[in-house]
Amino acid sequence: MAEKNRRRLVEIVYRAKAGHIGGDLSCLNVLTALYFNVMKGINADDPKNPERDRFVLSKGHCVEALYVTLEAKGFLNSDTLDTLGQFGSVLSGHPTIDVPGIEVNSGALGHGLSIGVGMALAAKMDGKDYRTFVLMGDGEQGEGSIYEAAMAAHQYGLDNLIAMIDRNHLQISGDTEHVMALDSIGERWSAFGWDVVSMNGDSMHDIVQTFSNMEYTNGKPHLIISETTKGKGVSFMEGLAKWHHGVLNAEQYETAEKEISDRIKKMEEEV
Amino acid sequence: MIACRKMFTDTLLELARQDRDIIAVTTDARGSVTLGDFAGELPAQFVECGIAEQDAVGISAGLAHSGKKVFCCGPACFYVARALEQVKVDLAYSRNPVTILGVSGGVAYGALGTTHHSLHDIAVLRCFPGMNVVLPSDARYTRRLVQFLTNFGQPCYVRVGRAAVPDVYENDDFDFEPGKANMLLDGSDLTIIATGETVYHAYQAGLRLQQQGVKARVLDSSWIKPFDCEAVLKAAAETGRIITVEEHSQFGGLGALVTETLSEHPVPVRILGIPDEDVIHGTNTEIFHHYGIDTDGIFKSALEFIKS
Repeated sequence: MAEKNRRRLVEIVYRAKAGHIGGDLSCLNVLTALYFNVMKGINADDPKNPERDRFVLSKGHCVEALYVTLEAKGFLNSDTLDTLGQFGSVLSGHPTIDVPGIEVNSGALGHGLSIGVGMALAAKMDGKDYRTFVLMGDGEQGEGSIYEAAMAAHQYGLDNLIAMIDRNHLQISGDTEHVMALDSIGERWSAFGWDVVSMNGDSMHDIVQTFSNMEYTNGKPHLIISETTKGKGVSFMEGLAKWHHGVLNAEQYETAEKEISDRIKKMEEEV
Repeated sequence: MIACRKMFTDTLLELARQDRDIIAVTTDARGSVTLGDFAGELPAQFVECGIAEQDAVGISAGLAHSGKKVFCCGPACFYVARALEQVKVDLAYSRNPVTILGVSGGVAYGALGTTHHSLHDIAVLRCFPGMNVVLPSDARYTRRLVQFLTNFGQPCYVRVGRAAVPDVYENDDFDFEPGKANMLLDGSDLTIIATGETVYHAYQAGLRLQQQGVKARVLDSSWIKPFDCEAVLKAAAETGRIITVEEHSQFGGLGALVTETLSEHPVPVRILGIPDEDVIHGTNTEIFHHYGIDTDGIFKSALEFIKS
């Protein structure tokens, strides 16, 4: 499923001639796992189901990864998704509530966690079981407002809040450690009173295991550091900052498409 | 006389007792907002965020998204500057029905200085699609506004002052229509349009002008967005000149709204407000007097304007 989403992602970004493909690719596995395995009550026929788990894409620039996931989940039809990049399309370069299945408008970094705190707090107030998932970028950790939200989540014991950092180690200008170092990120969040775990976000198996092992009633908000590779799944993009929002030419698109299709074919043969 | 902030929170508490979805959010400002009674009586409907306005607006957005009727309360100056991006994106753009109650707005903090003044709030917030902006003129208007906002379903910014304000409305028998100005005095020589706490002064000046034989019309434009363009066009056509009064920069506020509205049907407009300078240190009363936005100042400006 993730590989099919990956192939579609490369296609829509190639066609639109725009998008943040590097970070899209690094978080795509997590999005696929969330929508197809982890989150409950996610149903295109009832997008406002009050019991549904909530998802906030705080690193909103990676919306293309969310679009292909929502398409696979039936929220978006392919004709609509094919309008990405066209004048007047309903699809923006960042998430908007005009798209079914998207909870909030995002894209200004450092906002999503506070919104997630509000959603999780509302669930506690109403005695509801839904959980709130917030995906942030690692470069995004530079935004100070995140730490205001981290304090509030701890203050209110929001164990129904799961924040994730897509730790692909690259931001637009290069290595996160050169731009603004994050080496002690786990300790920082622990010091804020969060339950911190790491996982290999490039491994679907590890992602699914991490979510299923999580103790959702321990009185602490959860942070998952998802160790990933920017550009994951397209060999010539992996680990290169220039693919943060790089645009593929026809030849590169063909190479990427073939590479992913070959993997899909191999997996199908194995099954 | 009662402060608008106190009327706001008293009314909110009264309504919140009957409606568990009404939530008050604040930023270590329960004292200055006058939310102490609310926090004491309804702790489950009260969210303290600490000194973190950006977080408070984001949390408010998340609560509203989940069906809560949220009033995010604190000093106006911080919500319309530090947390402005959250107001823009998480409330206005996302259409989350949160009311920001900005207290001690304008120059209400007086000598505390520019850090604590909010003289740009109209100018910025009116440019956000989806945002509503109200500067209620007195306590009774504030009460009606709170009653309306609990079920409004749209983001709204309300700016009130700090001190008790004299009544503009002496009883509850007045019109409250969102987006509409109220005519306090009718006249044909000129129109004074005011918003927020300057409405009282405009009204007093209007009464004094009428005693002098100048037929002044006075409009209470508590609603900034949506704005009552129709009342302005009518005033221009019927009175021929307009004075605007606001506790706001002379740029981008009520005066600008009026002149934009009249751009195709121009009449002379005089904009009374705070000029483009660091505000003089003093009490809010002294500041109002210094810049001529109190009763005396408006009265004098009107007489000059009529003669010019």
